[in-house]
Amino acid sequence: MSIPVAENLSTGRVVALIGSLALVVAPHAVRIPLWIALIATSVMILRAALAWRGRGLPPPRLLVVLAIGSIVGIWLSFGMLFNRDAAVALLVLMLCLKMMELRSLRDAVVLILLGYFLVITNFLYSQTLPMALYLLGCVWLITACLVAFQYRTATPDPRPMLRMSGLMLAQAIPLMLVFFLLFPRVQGPLWGLPQASASALSGLSDSMSPGSLSSLSLSDAVAFRVEFDSPPPKANKLYWRGPVLWDFDGRTWRGGDAAPRIGRDIETVGTPIRYTITLEPHNMRWMFAIDLPAQRLEGALQTQDFQLLSIRPVRARQRYAMSSHLDYRYGANEPRRNLARALQLPEGFNPRARKLAADLYARSSTADEVVQSVLALFRGQPFYYTLVPPELGRDGIDEFLFETRRGFCEHYAASFVFLMRAAGVPARIVTGYQGGVLNPIGNYLIVRQSEAHAWAEVWMGDEGWVRVDPTAAVSPMRIEAGIAGAVPAGDPLPLMVRTDSEWLKRLRFSWDAAANGWNQWVLGYTPERQMQMLQRAGFARPNWQNLAVALMAVTSFVTAILCMLLLARLRRRVPDPVLSPWLALQAKLTRIGLGPRPGEGPMHWSERAATALPAEVADRLRSLADLYVRLRYGRDRAKGREVAELRRGVRALRV
Amino acid sequence: MPPSPSPVADWILPQHGTEHGPVVLTQRRVYILPTGLGLLFAVTIVLLLIGSINYNLSLGYVLTFLLAGLGVVAMLHTWRNLARLSLRPGRVSPVYAGEHAVFAITLENHAGFDRIAIGISAEAATASYADIPAQAAASINIALPTARRGWLPLGRFRVFTTFPLGLFRAWSNVELDERCLVYPQPEPGDPPLPIATAVAGESGLHGRGAEDFAGLREYHPGDSPRHVAWKAYARGDQLLTKQFGGRASSEVWLDWATTPGHFGVEQRLARLTRWVLMAEADATAYGLKLPGREIPPGLGANHREACLQALALYDPKGGR
Repeated sequence: MSIPVAENLSTGRVVALIGSLALVVAPHAVRIPLWIALIATSVMILRAALAWRGRGLPPPRLLVVLAIGSIVGIWLSFGMLFNRDAAVALLVLMLCLKMMELRSLRDAVVLILLGYFLVITNFLYSQTLPMALYLLGCVWLITACLVAFQYRTATPDPRPMLRMSGLMLAQAIPLMLVFFLLFPRVQGPLWGLPQASASALSGLSDSMSPGSLSSLSLSDAVAFRVEFDSPPPKANKLYWRGPVLWDFDGRTWRGGDAAPRIGRDIETVGTPIRYTITLEPHNMRWMFAIDLPAQRLEGALQTQDFQLLSIRPVRARQRYAMSSHLDYRYGANEPRRNLARALQLPEGFNPRARKLAADLYARSSTADEVVQSVLALFRGQPFYYTLVPPELGRDGIDEFLFETRRGFCEHYAASFVFLMRAAGVPARIVTGYQGGVLNPIGNYLIVRQSEAHAWAEVWMGDEGWVRVDPTAAVSPMRIEAGIAGAVPAGDPLPLMVRTDSEWLKRLRFSWDAAANGWNQWVLGYTPERQMQMLQRAGFARPNWQNLAVALMAVTSFVTAILCMLLLARLRRRVPDPVLSPWLALQAKLTRIGLGPRPGEGPMHWSERAATALPAEVADRLRSLADLYVRLRYGRDRAKGREVAELRRGVRALRV
Repeated sequence: MPPSPSPVADWILPQHGTEHGPVVLTQRRVYILPTGLGLLFAVTIVLLLIGSINYNLSLGYVLTFLLAGLGVVAMLHTWRNLARLSLRPGRVSPVYAGEHAVFAITLENHAGFDRIAIGISAEAATASYADIPAQAAASINIALPTARRGWLPLGRFRVFTTFPLGLFRAWSNVELDERCLVYPQPEPGDPPLPIATAVAGESGLHGRGAEDFAGLREYHPGDSPRHVAWKAYARGDQLLTKQFGGRASSEVWLDWATTPGHFGVEQRLARLTRWVLMAEADATAYGLKLPGREIPPGLGANHREACLQALALYDPKGGR
């Protein structure tokens, strides 16, 4: 039947395994140091070549030396062995060395299990939908390799193995879903803190210097997504409050040491708007909300300047319900200490701006007049809003106000607050995001890093802190229509915020809606969500015992169904393609009383029946009987064409 | 991997004894346990789960649970790969002691899917494998070493499979009614044949071509069917064998008594076995005399097999 092979590590299987593992490692190639990527690539190529040529493998002693060498190399590169990046690099190197040791079936299986590990390490860096699909493909290939190694006969055709692997993964998906939904979730981490690389995440920081926000505006990374319970407010109301900056050293504005809010000196008008924010991880503590946040948040504290600070840095995507007041008045009783801080300016910087502020102060009687005359200045003089402002020197605000006059929101906010403070009006900078794009497909608002914005808050006595956005004076479009409408043509803008073609925009919205659904339902399935789902399923007070019982019950049910499906194929008899048309023919003739007698063979019966039939039908019956006998008892294997001919002939025979 | 996954299981599970004819591996007699590899796979899943919890990796959970589901599915597939497989004893040819007895076992797959990598192992034999396509049959040979003459039963063997992932091993123990006749090992060398005695009548000529009908004699087992007088048998006579003059001008008696007296039973049988082979090769008609058993002279494959069988089954105590 088939020739058993003693060694089932055939060349094809080894090369297929190495290829599949290479696909798993590939996304890591840009994350690990270059020397490791080069070693991994060459080892894989070398091992495949050795298999191809049927050559032997290097001696184990050499591999021990290489293993020690690579551990030392990684320790030198990373300074440690057990942070995330070093562990991934180590795993990649060990995988390659193990390939050089692939001698037995057992080695192959260890490689495959290492491959599954490497799949999961990719998720440490990216859990997007395309990455998930790519790695699912990898799992399919690796599992097909595992199937291939179980074959005991030399079968060069990989299709049955791929089919088997795909079939089994498809059958595993229902069980996976049950476990995913019902397995009692524990909030990690179990030990230590997984160290995410902070630099990789873009977002606002607790300081602002010229250029820091405009560089952010080139990123189309999503900052957060918002679902409103009611129709969303107008774009010019969408000020997403983030870090508040108080201290200026001549170049950089800083926040920090924010005291928690105690008092309740806030007056509001109307009911707050409600919404839910899904915040992307940014490794900082800010939780964003529309000005002015109306409620506190669990796991976060509210500072007296109305920042929401998470207790821990936001390292994972986070979802929270929030509400905000759009009409409010607050801060009338601001402590004196804070007002002094809001007036502080470094000595010896920007003399021309100080002089201008002194003039304005002399000409105005109230704080509001100072504000209006500065805004009039921005509006009246040739100021431009641009993403690519010129470089500024030591007295940056002087240069901006009197020479370049080209700037991004941070320039306008900074010079405005500088002028206010110099004119004796307490003022501070608020950074955050402004606006957002409504995705009509998912009906939610997307706020990207490119929507980063800076504005000012001015303290006006009984009025408290009042928001003033100097950018709006220069470029009302920025506030009304978003950044894409505000910047001059030719300024670089990220792909995702451009508004050029309609279908491209639609495609982007669909894609973002898919990504958002993925985030909400797959990546955002947290222990809290699991409990919410149980509550919706009818458990009044869900706990992990409920989950365990539900998990067992549903798993047994799904497994039983799988069992039945598999057993059905066990009992099913495939009808014989030659016999079944013949039986049909016999049935046809039995109906007119010419059925075969017991013990009568096909030739005898057809001859006897033919004599009782009209000549034309008799001839066709004889030829069908000949064909049947040849196909069923003949020396040659029945051909598909002839079987089809028999089937057609029987169907066409009218008696 | 060793063929026996669990001696404990063998001890607990019911035994079926020798069975005749086709044996269907019904669901109840197919057992399944994880392999060492399966346990390693389970450890991998636990590690993946711990990693997913620690890093709050949603897709880590997805992969972990997908692999766990894959394990369950693999168990069902492995079990199904063996369930309702039908086994029949196949042909077994006699061998000389010292050679390997080859037992053919026919495996029939009535299911609608291919059964891949079905293995059979017996205690003294390495495992052999076959793939059985849907609605088809395949044959697996088990080679057992032979040491003694006589009947060698195949004994209990194990049908097993680890396909498709090698995480589980399904197996069933079967004892088919299948045995192999083991002839005594022929004595090495060419011990001289006993002296042939001329048959009455013609002599000298070794009668090639002289196939004259010489008469009828009583049929003895081992006579060539070509020489049976079928016409006489059809007339209602007893079975008679036609004898031809000149075909075998001499005949030799291979007699237990003529073997050297200091030989033991097995040595004598070895000598007689060698003589049977030599006489057959010489085309000298030979008869066999054992204590209590006598096979009249004859020639041909059937005659030789009858003699060898008598030698193989000779029982010094029983006389036959």
